Amino acid sequence: MAFRSAVVTFPGSNCDRDMAVALELVSGTPAIRVWHGDAALPDRLDFIALPGGFSYGDYLRSGAMAARSPIMRAVIEAANRGVPVLGVCNGFQVLTESGLLPGALMRNASQHFICRTVPLVVANTQSLFTAGYDAGATIRIPVAHHDGNYFADQATLDELEGEGRVAFRYGETVNGSQRDIAGVLNRAGNVLGMMPHPERAVEPAHGGSDGRALFESVVKGLVEA
Amino acid sequence: MKVRVHVSLKPGVLDPQGRAIHHALEGLGFSGVNDVRAGRLIELDVDDGVSDEALDDMCRKLLANMVIENYRIEKLETA
Repeated sequence: MAFRSAVVTFPGSNCDRDMAVALELVSGTPAIRVWHGDAALPDRLDFIALPGGFSYGDYLRSGAMAARSPIMRAVIEAANRGVPVLGVCNGFQVLTESGLLPGALMRNASQHFICRTVPLVVANTQSLFTAGYDAGATIRIPVAHHDGNYFADQATLDELEGEGRVAFRYGETVNGSQRDIAGVLNRAGNVLGMMPHPERAVEPAHGGSDGRALFESVVKGLVEA
Repeated sequence: MKVRVHVSLKPGVLDPQGRAIHHALEGLGFSGVNDVRAGRLIELDVDDGVSDEALDDMCRKLLANMVIENYRIEKLETA
């Protein structure tokens, strides 16, 4: 059964092609490319990816305009039906701005744009996205962002931790995120937002392939489902 | 009708930008500045018939991120 995935491109997205390449590499099926102005998604999707970049030039707040674009109405509706959605970097910002994930991504505490490979602890290995990792594993994935400082109120943070919804934590100080949170899941477990870029670490030529297991987890999970 | 929407970070939310501005002011030799918080001012020109409820809705749905920000609506006299 072919894996039907879609990658959404907003004006200013710049990791959409990398995401599509990673999805094809792992699933063997080309990803369908979707434009922000489209009102509908392709039928029978197994997976939707919101890529990194600087959608709408980060006007107002990172991800704020993209979260209100026509295609996001369809993405929200699909996510609520249980279709898996992955948002990376700007995609994570779009997911919080759209309300699909709690919290917000603020300017890095250092004020600097951070572009380097960081250690990530896989905090939950039970999810659709992380089942392929060993419990407690530390992996190395690149980050490249200015607004990756995860913020939520204490009650929300407690709830996320209590429900196992922190998927990834930084293994070192990176951007000032509350409780070193690098990636969070929605309550149903079908939406993951993360600042690090797994699609930039899927083959040895990238300098590391620790991101590959994330995509393999999704493909395997859906084929078995 | 001219409307100004003042968007500011909620108390307790760390403001790296405000902190950097504060630091820069000190670097310029200004003393006595205890804290700096940076916000955003959005000016709207709307029909007179636009209700307060609609303005409030605009703030909640787009102009402010209610997770981290507060907003204040200021209505100005029509020029």
